[in-house]
Amino acid sequence: MIFAASLAAAVVIVVLSATALALWYERKLAARMQTRIGPQFVGPIGLFQPVADLLKLVQKEEIVPMGADRVLFALAPPLTVIFALAAAAFVPLWPGVAVVRSDVGVLLVIGFGGLAMVPVWMAGWASFNKYALLGAMRAVAQSISYGVPLVLAAMVPVILAGTMDLDGITQFQATHHWFGLWPIIPGLPAFILFLLAMLAESNRIPFDIPEAESELVAGVTTEYTGMQFGFVYLAEYVHTVVGAAIGSVMFLGGWDGPFAPGLHWLLLKTLCLFTFIYWIRWTLVRLRADQLMTLCWKWLVPAGLGLVFLSAAWNQTGWSR
Amino acid sequence: MAETILFYIFAIGVLFAGAQVVLRRNPVHGALSLVACFFFLAGTYVLLAAHLIAILQIMVYAGAVMVLFVFVIMLLNLKDEELGTPRRTIWKGIGLVSVVGATGAVAWRGLGSAYDSVLAHGAATQLTDMAKHTLPGAPFGSLKAVAHAVYLNSVLPFELTSLLLLVAVVGAVVVAKGKI
Amino acid sequence: MDSYLTPYLPVLILLVIAGVMCTAISLLAGKLGPRRITSVKEGAFECGNPSTGDGHARHSVRFYLVALLFIVFDVESVFVYPWGAMLHDFQAQHLGWFAFGEMMSFMATLALGLVYVWRKGALNWSADVNS
Repeated sequence: MIFAASLAAAVVIVVLSATALALWYERKLAARMQTRIGPQFVGPIGLFQPVADLLKLVQKEEIVPMGADRVLFALAPPLTVIFALAAAAFVPLWPGVAVVRSDVGVLLVIGFGGLAMVPVWMAGWASFNKYALLGAMRAVAQSISYGVPLVLAAMVPVILAGTMDLDGITQFQATHHWFGLWPIIPGLPAFILFLLAMLAESNRIPFDIPEAESELVAGVTTEYTGMQFGFVYLAEYVHTVVGAAIGSVMFLGGWDGPFAPGLHWLLLKTLCLFTFIYWIRWTLVRLRADQLMTLCWKWLVPAGLGLVFLSAAWNQTGWSR
Repeated sequence: MAETILFYIFAIGVLFAGAQVVLRRNPVHGALSLVACFFFLAGTYVLLAAHLIAILQIMVYAGAVMVLFVFVIMLLNLKDEELGTPRRTIWKGIGLVSVVGATGAVAWRGLGSAYDSVLAHGAATQLTDMAKHTLPGAPFGSLKAVAHAVYLNSVLPFELTSLLLLVAVVGAVVVAKGKI
Repeated sequence: MDSYLTPYLPVLILLVIAGVMCTAISLLAGKLGPRRITSVKEGAFECGNPSTGDGHARHSVRFYLVALLFIVFDVESVFVYPWGAMLHDFQAQHLGWFAFGEMMSFMATLALGLVYVWRKGALNWSADVNS
């Protein structure tokens, strides 16, 4: 019981500090891409910038708009953080070690990831602002639409490894091959599909329609101020960090690596995926809402169905074992 | 011990959230209470050693079905005026009493003996008994047991499920046809 | 008896820890922040224009269609995941091809649903998605 509690506390602390670092890292990265310097005054090379941001947000006035549903309005932002954090408990950290090892691990991650849209919609509806609600509707529509290619892509490692245990999938990759690299036909396209769907799930450019500032002010967060806004913002980063970790576990072998397998490999791979996501964010422009839906249902979903078929067929040949 | 405490937390959560679904006048509050209800229900499934069913409950009901409800609510978007004013009539009281009474009677008749045997043997032995009837090496509620039941023992119902889903899609398009 | 629950206990504790943390930060923010409410501040923010219309507008039936399609594919994935995880076992029992055919016909039926929706034009979102 105490062991479980300390594990859970450790995960919360690790994920939140990783997210704080990621906030700083993203700003530095974006600055370099735009030939700026980025945060540099708070702490060495601006490392304490996220802490300063938090302290600032905590001191801001919290405004509840007229006509808002006060209870849901206050409840939604913390819930986004809680659900985003929950998915982190299932990531295998070391060979055989995860906070929660379950033989349905993949489903748990997807389930908790999918739940994250409930508080987002709550926030948009409770704001009583038409832009916030429109942003929320789009966020949910996008989240569920891209959830379909996401689960289809995540099915490929499950079929290839023959298990839903995330640690089992990593172990299979450690003894055989990383699914992102081999078998190249269902593997690599599935990895790309997974990355695209994950970008959309975490509302990142080119899929940030729900908060398209040119059309929707700031989407769901329009009416939120101070720390309430901070929670929604934080949840988005936690979501991206955890998503990158899950992606590296399922397709890049997680803790597996040359020399000594362990947490450092997982962190390195997560960092690479995270960099890739933000590289895209600061390079591409936003899709239009209809293009977004067309891309999902007319391209990615059929591709995902095909990939599931191919990986099952590959499994039938028995070459993977 | 911890299990009993958690069971009561989950059970009270299910009942409270379930009551909110019915009693709330605002449909959005009802839908969100339903999510909470499903969430607690998933917790009780975990207590019953059926963690696969628990996560499916969260994925399908708390995720997908709830989104459908919310979108339908936003499509209809009833205003407070249209919902009418709450009234307290004698019929509501009679309805409440009869619902509670009927549910209690059914539960007592249907589950009374089962509950007694659970009390006599303890829930643990009950579950071990169930486990004996399933596959060797596949405890009750495990992935293996569920997969065996669905994919090998009931192939026809499984295939029919896909037809059912197909009908649902066709139905939705027909209903919404004029608008698209 | 606790064995069913033990592996999942950390999730529950994690949810509680995260909840307590968020509540504490919210309360702190409520204490620290100033409170000077004016009617302009309280009004719906629409980039400075006076607010028009209803905060809870009616939304398109397209959202409903997307939700229904999502349910269909969600239920499909619910069925495919245990199957994918058990494939190696089925092959060991020489039921590999049976399981393969079983699931492919299941998926083909649902793919048929996608084709139907596509042909009916329900996937053609206009540029003006909000109407």
